[in-house]
Amino acid sequence: MDAMSSPTGISREDVAHLAKLARIDLDNSELDHMAKELEVILGAVAKVQEVAGADVLPTSHPIPLTNVYRDDVVKPSLTPQEALSGAPAQSEDRFKVPQILGEE
Amino acid sequence: MITIRSDASEMAEALAAGTITSVSLTEQHFEQIAKVDGAVHAFLFLDHEGALEQARAVDAKRVNGETLSPLAGVPLALKDVMAQKGVPTTCGSKILEGWRPPYDATVVTRLKEAGIVILGKTNMDEFAMGSSTENSAYGTTHNPWDLTKIPGGSGGGSSAALAAFEAPLAIGTDTGGSIRQPAAVTGTVGVKPTYGGVSRYGLIAFSSSLDQAGPCARTVLDTAMLHEVIAGHDERDSTSINLPVPQVVKAAKKLDVKGLKIGVVKELQGEGFQDGVLNRFNEALEDLVNAGAELVHVSCPSFDYALAAYYLIAPSECSSNLARFDSMRYGIRIGDDGTRSAEEVMNMTRHAGFGPEVKRRIILGTYALSSGYYDAYYGSAQKVRTLLIQDFSAAFLKADVLVSPTSPTTAFAIGQNDNNPLAMYLNDIATIPANMAGIGAMSLPSGLADEDGLPTGFHIMSPAMKDDLMYQVGGTLEAALLSKWGAPLLSKAPDLAVNS
Repeated sequence: MDAMSSPTGISREDVAHLAKLARIDLDNSELDHMAKELEVILGAVAKVQEVAGADVLPTSHPIPLTNVYRDDVVKPSLTPQEALSGAPAQSEDRFKVPQILGEE
Repeated sequence: MITIRSDASEMAEALAAGTITSVSLTEQHFEQIAKVDGAVHAFLFLDHEGALEQARAVDAKRVNGETLSPLAGVPLALKDVMAQKGVPTTCGSKILEGWRPPYDATVVTRLKEAGIVILGKTNMDEFAMGSSTENSAYGTTHNPWDLTKIPGGSGGGSSAALAAFEAPLAIGTDTGGSIRQPAAVTGTVGVKPTYGGVSRYGLIAFSSSLDQAGPCARTVLDTAMLHEVIAGHDERDSTSINLPVPQVVKAAKKLDVKGLKIGVVKELQGEGFQDGVLNRFNEALEDLVNAGAELVHVSCPSFDYALAAYYLIAPSECSSNLARFDSMRYGIRIGDDGTRSAEEVMNMTRHAGFGPEVKRRIILGTYALSSGYYDAYYGSAQKVRTLLIQDFSAAFLKADVLVSPTSPTTAFAIGQNDNNPLAMYLNDIATIPANMAGIGAMSLPSGLADEDGLPTGFHIMSPAMKDDLMYQVGGTLEAALLSKWGAPLLSKAPDLAVNS
């Protein structure tokens, strides 16, 4: 593997930061384990850089897409009761969520 | 006589002729499930009531002389990644435990409209991430050929259900091989249609630019019949292709490959492939030549980079898609004791609700998309995608279809790759390029490996929206193999019902 494809080391702190961005609590053993695994996986997948020259255009999607519009017609949809049927908590026909803002 | 071992097409004929009822057929399958699923664990949920209700409705319509769809009354196993109204849908994850969707996926709507009887939901790797079903939060499925082996993944529940004669038809989804690799290691047939060929509405998203639902069965014709039920344009999926569905049933019945050019991909054999897998592959190539096809050898050099690009693109898209599991609108919620913020509850729920592989991929994807690394990882992977598409375009100028072994090995032992995610990822080396380019691909049984007596898969890739070509080649090869073997491959599998 050439120098370019070797990622810089992934630290426990890096993983903790990524976990914060991804909104997943990870415990200490998960952080340690994942830092090691990520380093190995990134070392392998960094191979893509070998052939990704400046002259190659990126492809985000396998088939050419154009935006799809539909007529602005009201159609039957879920009732509030149906839409809320899987909610962990609800109140007054709405999703009830824990506090969004701090108390201060 | 029709039994649970019959082909779906034979069951359909008997139903149409009135020599068997859908209720009887459905009950026979539930009996088989009761006998063998304790050992196989293909199903996460059985819908006795819903299935028998559908079966009775189909039987009543037939008595009334109504025109029915060809597969009306035939039972099916549905991968738990598909939303089915009122039926528990977990996607193999604790985070969706207890969720009953308020709507049907388009695939489910089409199955119901065709009179197909949905027996229940099948096991899978959590959020379809894996090649063995070992990542399911609800236990591993066992391969009916050898219960100590994996049934493939992510759709191992669907393929095991077919191989254990618990259902003659099944639905899978394929993001990097999750229909085809399970088919290969269980001696069954599985097809990933062209991307956009089957609606993704109601399919719980893993990697949206790669995910494709498709049909699974025990024969090429049965797979084709199911393909025609679920395929076709859907206005609820903006990536759905608005073109006529390729005539795959007609193609599966053609049994002729004279004049077709079969391209053998140099990069998808050799190192890392088990000898027995390659032996059966090379014999199948001879069978196709004997049937009148011409072999050409093609090289797709960028395929060597497909796996690396996939393990950047799929985790990146999954890190975004799985953000919806936020404990606010559906699924479980952990730690909401009135003192914690929404963010803290979200963090705790996702910690408790996601398994190790899902966490690993979300973190990897978050890394690949993060500022400073985006160009080097996700951006480079997207460029590899362009190169793969170019390789396919060049190869399809020389050949009508491309072929390879489906999976480099036969089914491995449960637990074998527990601590080695990279080794696990190598299972998909031959199947991933088709997802990256959005083309259709099929796996069908090619025999048993000499070393271990386990099934091997033959992989056929066809150009986008020419899905009929892989069915034509697959149907012809299947007929040649069947006449050589004298009986379907699955007749050599142990009968799990005997000792139950």
